[in-house]
Amino acid sequence: MPDNVDPMNPPEPLGKLQRSVTAMPPLAQMDQTRKPGQGSAVLQKIRSSQPRSSRIPDATFRVLIALTAVSVFVVVLLVVWELIDKSRLSLHQFGISFFYGHDWDPVNGNFGAMPFIYGTLVSSFLALLLSVPLSIGVAVYITEMCPIRLRAILSFLVELLAAIPSVIYGLWGIFVLAPLLREYVEPFLARTLGWTGFFTGPMYGLGMLAAGIIMAIMVVPVIASITREVMTAVPQNQREAVLALGATRWEMIRMGVLRNARIGIVGGIILGLGRALGETMAVTMVIGNRPEVAKSLFAPGYTMASVIANEFTEATGDLYLSALVEIGLALFIVTLIVNALARLLVWSITGGTPRASA
Amino acid sequence: MPDPSAQTGSTSVSLWRRVTNQGATIFAVVTAIVVILPLLAIFAYLVFKGIGSVNIAFLTQTPKPPGETGGGMANAIVGTGLILLVASAIGLPLGIGAGIYLAEYGRNRFGDVIRFTADVLNGVPSIVIGIAAYSLVVVPQKHFSAFSGGVALGIMMIPTVARATEEMLLMVPNVVREAAYGLGIPKWRTTLSISLRTASAGVITGCMLAFARVAGETAPLLFTAFGNQFWNLKLNQPTAALSLQVFTYAISPYDDWHKQAWAGALILIVLIVGAVAAVRISTSRGKLKGVG
Repeated sequence: MPDNVDPMNPPEPLGKLQRSVTAMPPLAQMDQTRKPGQGSAVLQKIRSSQPRSSRIPDATFRVLIALTAVSVFVVVLLVVWELIDKSRLSLHQFGISFFYGHDWDPVNGNFGAMPFIYGTLVSSFLALLLSVPLSIGVAVYITEMCPIRLRAILSFLVELLAAIPSVIYGLWGIFVLAPLLREYVEPFLARTLGWTGFFTGPMYGLGMLAAGIIMAIMVVPVIASITREVMTAVPQNQREAVLALGATRWEMIRMGVLRNARIGIVGGIILGLGRALGETMAVTMVIGNRPEVAKSLFAPGYTMASVIANEFTEATGDLYLSALVEIGLALFIVTLIVNALARLLVWSITGGTPRASA
Repeated sequence: MPDPSAQTGSTSVSLWRRVTNQGATIFAVVTAIVVILPLLAIFAYLVFKGIGSVNIAFLTQTPKPPGETGGGMANAIVGTGLILLVASAIGLPLGIGAGIYLAEYGRNRFGDVIRFTADVLNGVPSIVIGIAAYSLVVVPQKHFSAFSGGVALGIMMIPTVARATEEMLLMVPNVVREAAYGLGIPKWRTTLSISLRTASAGVITGCMLAFARVAGETAPLLFTAFGNQFWNLKLNQPTAALSLQVFTYAISPYDDWHKQAWAGALILIVLIVGAVAAVRISTSRGKLKGVG
């Protein structure tokens, strides 16, 4: 890493980009500050001196490429439009009471989404509670502590967690995690923490607790990768300065790295929240699917995403379907706000460097 | 980086600071172990529980009715392939095109809007994409189909492919473009044959990652591809998919189906991890052609 970096304004290429740019021969270094779209003076001159015959294909290409870019925009508009259009019936019928109504009664045509909103919020919150310390710990270990040889392997393994499909997490949750919780973890929690009221009642294994744990495992790679990204964006001389003042390694990480990266880490956590809110299959398979608001985490619950997954194809009647789409619309709006907020926070640290959002 | 242990060992560092330093190190190591443990457990279970049920019948037969043992997921494997083919046909051209636009023309207001929209699309829960595909394709067509499943997954691929393409194109040094312009090559040709070609390894990586991400998706297929117990190669008919089949079998009450669910999951994870590992191996050889 170059030493002459201004700590307040890190240069444009960061993280992955920077490593590969510095690895390139001098040819590339000449040019690392300019972006192709901006067009240098040289470029303008060369372009304007080009023969007229190449202008028409160029313009056609530009239009075609712009159309594909517009298609991204159109797709999002279509999604929004379909959600609003298909949920219109339910929006008119129930209005705002849809979101605090407790009754979910398809037979009598009465729909209130409260149990699902509660389930989504509680399971996501539980997932964050478990995954935030884990992801920050693992990110700190990978970027600051572990031996170089282990670094690549560890980061690959954490990435691999993100590649496992949700349905496989669910399968594992049903047949491995749930029995484990039922036999060992839940009796233990009931004995030691039963007095709080969060760990009481019959122990099924499947329930809110199982959903929170499965989701925590799934959210870790999201938060960990963002945390690593913003920690790498902290200039090396910040670390060296703190070490030079006689700090221990942990003090260096706390004062030199985490403090500088904290906004980005919060962004990563919010991004993880966005992932947890929309998570469907794994949760549907382990949460127990009962529309109830219960204080105990052992009790089965239901989330917004899983009610759509379970009931959409069986929804008889327009109002039923419309109510399910309205839940989808609410889910969309919430994740939109959460993700936009997270992006802004992460961009404020990494300077808006484009990254593959895999 | 200077070795911090040299400092922690000196007597001038107070006991409390040494203890917190050690404590933080131990905490970080423990979190790393706790995070990796479920990963290993999942893979171990997939192999041990799945491998016994993967046999010729599993790979060549269609599902048997509940109660009868045997049968396989051949139709689901082919169905997943069919749906992914449609998804790639939609997601890859649109994603790569949008990525080219963002990198080569998109340094302006409109580019920022597209960039933000792509991030929004990336964050939309897959089940919501499923609802949209249902309304856009299934409702007008009046029945579930492989095509509608492909549309849903294709939409999900676009933002990943677009941002990866943009990132890779931005890594291509401008002098390479200028050299092409200097030879009188028009911009469209430069973009396709010089910039995109130089960045091709990275772009393919992005495409494979997007592919791996949607290959295991289940939620958007529930009410688009719907699932099917029989062979289907028609795009406008309900189609089985590996992930859907795993879901259906996992929540069923039959032991034999549970075994098949593990086997299906094993096949699915081999497909996905194979794609991710292939990407890993190819990217370790440098992301840019000719420069790097």
